[in-house]
Amino acid sequence: MALLQVQDLTVHFHTRNGIVEAVNGISFDVEAGKTFAIIGESGSGKSVACYSMLGLVPMPPGRIESGKVLFQGQDLLGLSERALRKVRGKGISIIFQDPMTSLNPYLKIGDQLIESLRQHFGMNKNTAWQKGVEILEEVGIQNAAQRMNAWPFEFSGGMRQRVVIAMALVAEPEIIIADEPTTALDVTVQAQILRLLKELQERRNISVIFISHDLSVVSDIADEIAVMQNGKFVEQGDREAIFRNPQHDYTKKLLAAVPATQKKSETVDAVPQVSLSNLVVEFPGGKGQEKIRAVDNVTLEIKHREILGLVGESGSGKSTLGRSVLRLLAPTSGQVVFEEQDISKYSRSQMKPLRRRMQMIFQDPYSSLNPRMTVYDTLAEPLLLHQICNRKTLDAEIFALMDSVGLPRESVLRYPHEFSGGQRQRIAIGRAISTKPSFIVADEPVSALDVTIQSQILDLLLDLVKRFDLTMLFISHDLGVVRYLSDRIVVMKDGRLVESGSVEAVFENPSEDYTRALLDAIPGKRLFVGDSAESVGTETIP
Amino acid sequence: MTSESGSVEIINIALEMPKGTSLWKDGWHRLRQNKLAIHGFSYLLLLILICLVTPWIAPYGYEEQNLRLGAVPPSAEHWLGTDTFGRDMLTRILYGGRISLAVGFIATAVALIIGVTYGAIAGYAGGKIDNAMMRLVDIFYALPYMIFIILLMVVFGRNLLLLFLAIGAVEWLVMARIVRGQIQSLRQQEYVEAAISLGLSPLAIIFKHLMPNAIGPVIVYTTLTIPNVMLLEAFLSFLGLGIQPPQSSWGVLIAYGVETMEEYPWLLIFPGLALSTTLFALNFLGDGLRDALDPKASRD
Repeated sequence: MALLQVQDLTVHFHTRNGIVEAVNGISFDVEAGKTFAIIGESGSGKSVACYSMLGLVPMPPGRIESGKVLFQGQDLLGLSERALRKVRGKGISIIFQDPMTSLNPYLKIGDQLIESLRQHFGMNKNTAWQKGVEILEEVGIQNAAQRMNAWPFEFSGGMRQRVVIAMALVAEPEIIIADEPTTALDVTVQAQILRLLKELQERRNISVIFISHDLSVVSDIADEIAVMQNGKFVEQGDREAIFRNPQHDYTKKLLAAVPATQKKSETVDAVPQVSLSNLVVEFPGGKGQEKIRAVDNVTLEIKHREILGLVGESGSGKSTLGRSVLRLLAPTSGQVVFEEQDISKYSRSQMKPLRRRMQMIFQDPYSSLNPRMTVYDTLAEPLLLHQICNRKTLDAEIFALMDSVGLPRESVLRYPHEFSGGQRQRIAIGRAISTKPSFIVADEPVSALDVTIQSQILDLLLDLVKRFDLTMLFISHDLGVVRYLSDRIVVMKDGRLVESGSVEAVFENPSEDYTRALLDAIPGKRLFVGDSAESVGTETIP
Repeated sequence: MTSESGSVEIINIALEMPKGTSLWKDGWHRLRQNKLAIHGFSYLLLLILICLVTPWIAPYGYEEQNLRLGAVPPSAEHWLGTDTFGRDMLTRILYGGRISLAVGFIATAVALIIGVTYGAIAGYAGGKIDNAMMRLVDIFYALPYMIFIILLMVVFGRNLLLLFLAIGAVEWLVMARIVRGQIQSLRQQEYVEAAISLGLSPLAIIFKHLMPNAIGPVIVYTTLTIPNVMLLEAFLSFLGLGIQPPQSSWGVLIAYGVETMEEYPWLLIFPGLALSTTLFALNFLGDGLRDALDPKASRD
C-alpha cells in the first residue's frame, strides 16, 4: 500500500468576493522512498493542496469540501489540531521556498534545529544538540559543531536552505514536502541542493512531494509527476511519459517554455553605445572593516543595438555593474561613457537630460511599481516629466504604450496589485520604454516569474528591441534565459569579468572552469541530451 | 477588432479617465462608500458649523451668571443644566467647542506639516543629515515641553493662536519619527530607484512616491494627536497658561466636571459626551481615510 494516499481532495476558499476553488478533486499516491512532483504555475493550488493535508491552510476562509488523506492508516483531514501536531515534523515535514524568511533571525541555528526533537521526542538539550550536529554534517555543513551556534544571517542562501532541510529531516519524517525549495537560489546552488535532496532520499528512504513551477527542475529527481492547473491535475504519470509523450496541451506548453535558442537577427552595429573602462565600485564595509569591492576593474563595450547578456551568481556584482552604468550608483573610479559622453562624474542635474535615453527594468515587479499609482499615473509620469507629449496627447500615448507591451487598454485605471506578476512586469517595461530610450538595463527581469510567463516576457523584450532599435544589458543568473536572447555573453565572478564571447562560443566551448560549472548547473539538461537539435535548449557539452 | 470599435473604446475609456492625482479622487470615491466614515465626517462638519455660528445661536451668553439659580439639572430653560455659577451648560459647551476644535485642528495641522516634512527629509536623505536631524529631535524631546511653552507665553504674551502653535510645535516630534521610519523603509523599494532612473527630483520622489505610501500610519497617528492636544490644552489652562475663565473649552469643562461629579454629574457627562462623540467621529473618519487611500484595501 502506498505510504500516503490522497483521494479526491477538494479545498475551497470562501471569500467576500465569492468562492475560490483552489483545489478541485485531486487524487494521488506517494510510495515509500519515491519522489512525487506537482508542477503548476503560481495560483494553481499546488501549495494549498499540500498544506491542507497538514491543517496549515487558514480556515476560514479555507474549507476542505471533500476528500481523504490516508497516512499510516489514519485520515489526516479528520484529525484534531493536537493530533496533527504529532504528525507535523515527525510524520510529514515541510521545506519552504525562501530560506531567507523560513529561519527565525533571532534564534541560533542550533536552537531552531533541536526544537522539534525536544517537542516530539522529549530529548534533553545535550542529546538533541548532539543529534543536531550530526544532521548538520549530513546535509553538508562543515564545522557543524561550531556552526550550531551561528545566527541565520551568517549563512549564505544555499547554506540556509541546507539548514532548513536539516530542520525538516531532524525528526526523521517519512515524507518531506518540498515547496519550491530551490526557486530562490542561484542555478549552481540549486544543482547542489537538488543533489543533496536526492542523496538524502536514497540514504534514508524518505518520500518527497516536490512542488515546483519549473518542469526542468524536477526532470532529474521526480519518479512521478502531476501537472496542476486551476486546482486540477490535468496530467499525471511517470517522468518518462510526461517528458517524452505529454498528452495535455498545458503540459506541452510547460515543456515548450523551457527556452530554446532564439537569437535575434544580426543587426548589431559596430558603434559602441556604452563603454566602461577600468570601472571600480566600492561600498564601505562595516566599522573598521575593509571596503567591499563589488565591481573590480571592469572594461566592457556594448555595441549599438546589441543585447549583451551578463551572467553570474548573486553577489558577483552584476547588479551593481548595471546600476553604475545608469549612474544610479556613483563609480569609485574608472569611466562610464554613454553615447560619447563620460558620465562617471555627472551630477544629478547633468544626468537628467540623459535619463530619458537610458532606462532600467527591475527584477521584482512587486516592488518596482508604486502600489498607490494606477497604470495611467505610472506611465504618465515619465511622459510628462520629459515632455514627450502634452496633456492633450497623453491619453493616446499611454494607450499606444499599453498596446506595445500587450496590456489590455481597459485596465489603464487599475492599481498594480490587481495584476499578475507577468502583467506587472509588462507595466514596468512600458514605463521603461515610455521615454523612448536607446539603452536599457534589464536586471533579472524574468527570474521572479513563472516559466510560461518568462518566455512571453522574453519574447516581448526581443520584439521591443527590434522595433525601437534598443541596446540592452541583460542581467541574469539563468544561462538558459540569457542564451535565448543575447548576442554576446559576459560572465562575472567576484566583481571581475572572467569570460566573454559570442553565445555559441561561451556555450559550446567555455574557457573558464567557472563558466563550465554554471553551464553544468542548468537543470534538466540531461533530459534533452539525445533529443533533436531544435529542442536542445539547454544542452551544454557537444 | 475593427478600427471603428477600437476608437469607440478609446473614447469610452477616455471619458471616465480621471486626470492627475487619481489616488485622491479614487480615495474620495472609496470613502463615500464607507458609511461609518461618512457619518463621522458629516458629524464633524456639523459640529464645526455649529461652533462657527455659536455667537448667534447660543441661548445665553457664555459669561452670563445666575448665582441665585446655582447648579440645576437639565430642564426646559437650560437643556443641559447649569453649572455652579448658574451658567448655561449648552452655551458653555458650544463656546468650549470653538476653542477645543480649533486647538485640535490647528495644533495638529502644525504638528503634521512640520513633522511630516522634517521626517520625510531626514528619512530620504539618510546618513549624516538624517543623523543630525534626528538627534535634534531627541534633544527637543528631552527638553520639558512645559518650559518651552511657558517661555513662549512669557516672551510673547498670552495669545490663543500662539498657544496652538506652541502645542503643535511640541507634538511634531513623534510625527517626525514615525514618518522618518516609514520613509526609510520605503526608500529601499525598487519603485524609488525606478523614479530616480526616470530623472525625478528628490522632492518629487518624496511627495509623489513616498508620502502616499506612508500615509496610513500618519493618518492613524493624526487621529490620536487631536484628542491629545485637546487634553493638553485643558492641562495648560489648568496651570493658567491656556485660556482663562470665563472662557472655556471642553477640556476645562471636563476638568471642572470631575471635581463636582458626585453632586452635579451633568457637569461632567455633557462635556464628556461632546468630546467622546467627536473622537469617535474622528476615528471612524481616520480609519475610513486610511482604507480609502490604500488601493489594496477591499474594493467593491
